[in-house]
Amino acid sequence: MSNVVIIGATSAVAQEVAKLHAAERDTLILIGRNATRLEDIQNDLMVRGAADVSILVYDLLEDDKHDELCEQIFEHMIKPDYVYMAHGVLPDQNTCGGNYVAAKAAFNANCLSHISLLIRISTRLKALQAGTLAVISSVAGDRGRKSNYIYGSAKAMLSAYLQGLRNELFAYGVHVLDVKPGFIDTPMTADIEKKGALWATPQKVAEDIITAARKKKNTLYTPWFWFLIMTIIKNIPESIFKRLNL
Amino acid sequence: MVKYEPWGRYPKAEQRAISIVDRYAMLDNDSTWLPFGNGRSYGDSCLNSDGTLVHTQYLNKYLAFDSSTGILRCESGIKFCEIIDTVLPMGWFLPVTPGTKFVTVGGAIANDVHGKNHHVDGCFGHFVVQFELLRSDGTRLICSPTENEALFKATIGGLGLTGLIVWADIQLKPVKSAYLDVETVPYASLDEFRQLSEASKENFVYTVAWVDCLARGENLGRGIFLRANHAEHQGPPQRVKKKLTVPIDFPGRSLNKYTIKAFNHLYYWNGARNAGLSKQHYDPYFYPLDGINNWNRIYGGAGFLQYQFVVPSDNYDAIREIMACIASAGAGSFLAVLKEFGEIPSLGMLSFPRKGVCLALDFPNHGKQTFELLDHLDEYVMAAGGAIYPAKDARMSRQAFQQFFPALDNFRAHVDPAFCSDFWLRVA
Ligand SMILES: Cc1cc2nc3c(=O)[nH]c(=O)nc-3n(C[C@H](O)[C@H](O)[C@H](O)COP(=O)(O)OP(=O)(O)OC[C@H]3O[C@@H](n4cnc5c(N)ncnc54)[C@H](O)[C@@H]3O)c2cc1C
Ligand SMILES: NC(=O)c1ccc[n+]([C@@H]2O[C@H](COP(=O)([O-])OP(=O)(O)OC[C@H]3O[C@@H](n4cnc5c(N)ncnc54)[C@H](OP(=O)(O)O)[C@@H]3O)[C@@H](O)[C@H]2O)c1
Repeated sequence: MSNVVIIGATSAVAQEVAKLHAAERDTLILIGRNATRLEDIQNDLMVRGAADVSILVYDLLEDDKHDELCEQIFEHMIKPDYVYMAHGVLPDQNTCGGNYVAAKAAFNANCLSHISLLIRISTRLKALQAGTLAVISSVAGDRGRKSNYIYGSAKAMLSAYLQGLRNELFAYGVHVLDVKPGFIDTPMTADIEKKGALWATPQKVAEDIITAARKKKNTLYTPWFWFLIMTIIKNIPESIFKRLNL
Repeated sequence: MVKYEPWGRYPKAEQRAISIVDRYAMLDNDSTWLPFGNGRSYGDSCLNSDGTLVHTQYLNKYLAFDSSTGILRCESGIKFCEIIDTVLPMGWFLPVTPGTKFVTVGGAIANDVHGKNHHVDGCFGHFVVQFELLRSDGTRLICSPTENEALFKATIGGLGLTGLIVWADIQLKPVKSAYLDVETVPYASLDEFRQLSEASKENFVYTVAWVDCLARGENLGRGIFLRANHAEHQGPPQRVKKKLTVPIDFPGRSLNKYTIKAFNHLYYWNGARNAGLSKQHYDPYFYPLDGINNWNRIYGGAGFLQYQFVVPSDNYDAIREIMACIASAGAGSFLAVLKEFGEIPSLGMLSFPRKGVCLALDFPNHGKQTFELLDHLDEYVMAAGGAIYPAKDARMSRQAFQQFFPALDNFRAHVDPAFCSDFWLRVA
């Protein structure tokens, strides 16, 4: 019977995470910008056995409302056990690669809005001396490549931030999990042709996330083989890497 | 990850697919559409090579459940396995289930699926209270036996051609446990099967037989008759078995006549030894094949064809002839299932189940010889006034389809102009 906060709750992966918690009779707060979809998810989780589900409707890019959002969260839930953060967008590299306004928007959606929220939430958790933060970054942050380095560098910044935060919060008994998925078949990747064994389902990724959060893992590559793939990719010398078509 | 191929892995055709993101989304006009549930149909009824598949994987939410009446409102992409996990602890079960729990609610409606309880409960369609249908022109219609009745009847068993079912209200069935009281009765001939069916239909909700398709002469039709009811009490705790997976395609001919024969014999004698009463968990009872991931790969890369037909029960000669023909060809599989359908008329214009005796078995795809054999079997089914199940079909002729489904012309009027399937192009 845990208390669970899900930020970016309409994400396909987040929904699967929420379902697993609902089946455990947990209490959930869902945060997202689309009220109608959040209500559908709320009803779904209630049928699946959640003890209680409440909704907070916020556009997460509006960081001037983050204080208020944080107040709301902790008003509804005195002591969250798990806080998941799943929102993000996959920008078109061709568009934002040559356009700073678009690039900045991608940084906001994939990293800065996260940091703004994490600063506020982690202060609260520090005071409570408990809780686990599980934030979805990406394997794309492990190495920049020409086909999506705006997204990749946002995720790299997010992961580095999480590393520091984990280090800081350790002394307070608060845990930070950095989730690095590979390819997932979700609406985010709807336009990409999905073939082959590298693609995972949101269900599989959600199971891995929950297990890793319970076990207080620091970094999760999901599915597991991405750890091997990224180890290889990270070890390709830059003099070779820069010539590759990736 | 989903691969867009039918369960029988024949025919093979590249598919374009999109996933509808939520229940408010629309279909635009630049393609023809076919809803795709979980691809558990064996042939081309779940393919749309010239157009686009609309995968319902994200329509996977429950909208409401009334645990006092057992009416579940859920989106159409939700799978039976999920529904069981959610509702069984509350004392409810699926009213009708096919032999795999990996089907979606949309797929179950679109094929008006049947189960081992057809003789008492009819088809899945009988438990559909209402649904929302999204048409390509953007209209959303509530369909039920009293509202948009014709479209309701066209969509049940409508092979995904009348529009996209977005959500549905399903009447579930109350149960007292996750177990079934099963009686296993080995029997020696088709006549015995008939007697057992007759004798069991009053007192058993579920009846079905596994048949040794290679037995001939006096033994023709011999097999194991399973009859069961939901148990009043729980059984022994279920050991969670590790799922087996068929990791690769078996070489095409590894399932030859002799391996099939050996398997069928084994199954028969194993059943004979385990005869009698037992308490079985619903999972191995209803879904014996779901324990093996990708079992459809055992037939090799060329795939296989399932042949499922029904002939009127007063015409056992037809089934005898067909079984004799299959036995002498020696091409059938270990998956032969025999069942007497009951009298309850199906609701759908194109529903397959009708009163009669129904046989289903697999044929590894050995090309021309397999197709010729099946065409030959069609002639018996047509002569007997029977029908072939579209969900399992990849090859029946236009003429056969039109004979088997006399309401076809009524049905045509309800087909969404932007919906199409490879099956539909082939038969209609
Ligand atoms: C091992 C096994 C055992 C089986 N046993 C039985 C059995 O005992 N009895 C039985 O009746 N069948 C049986 N089947 C067949 C199976 O139940 C049907 O083919 C079922 O329709 C598959 O559901 P699906 O969700 O995979 O749908 P798909 O195969 O993906 O699609 C089936 C049809 O449904 C349509 N469809 C899917 N979703 C929607 C939607 N949202 N709106 C409108 N149309 C939609 C598709 O367009 C297609 O025409 C069995 C299949 C297997 C693999
Ligand atoms: N899919 C992949 O292959 C993949 C791989 C690695 C990492 N990831 C990461 O996994 C996480 C989950 O993504 P997903 O795959 O589940 O995709 P998804 O279903 O598209 O989820 C992304 C979610 O973010 C939400 N969102 C975006 N901007 C928002 C905002 N300003 N305010 C509120 N919500 C906002 C979207 O909400 P709306 O519904 O309102 O638009 C959407 O629900 C993301 O962080 C993604 O970067 C995904």
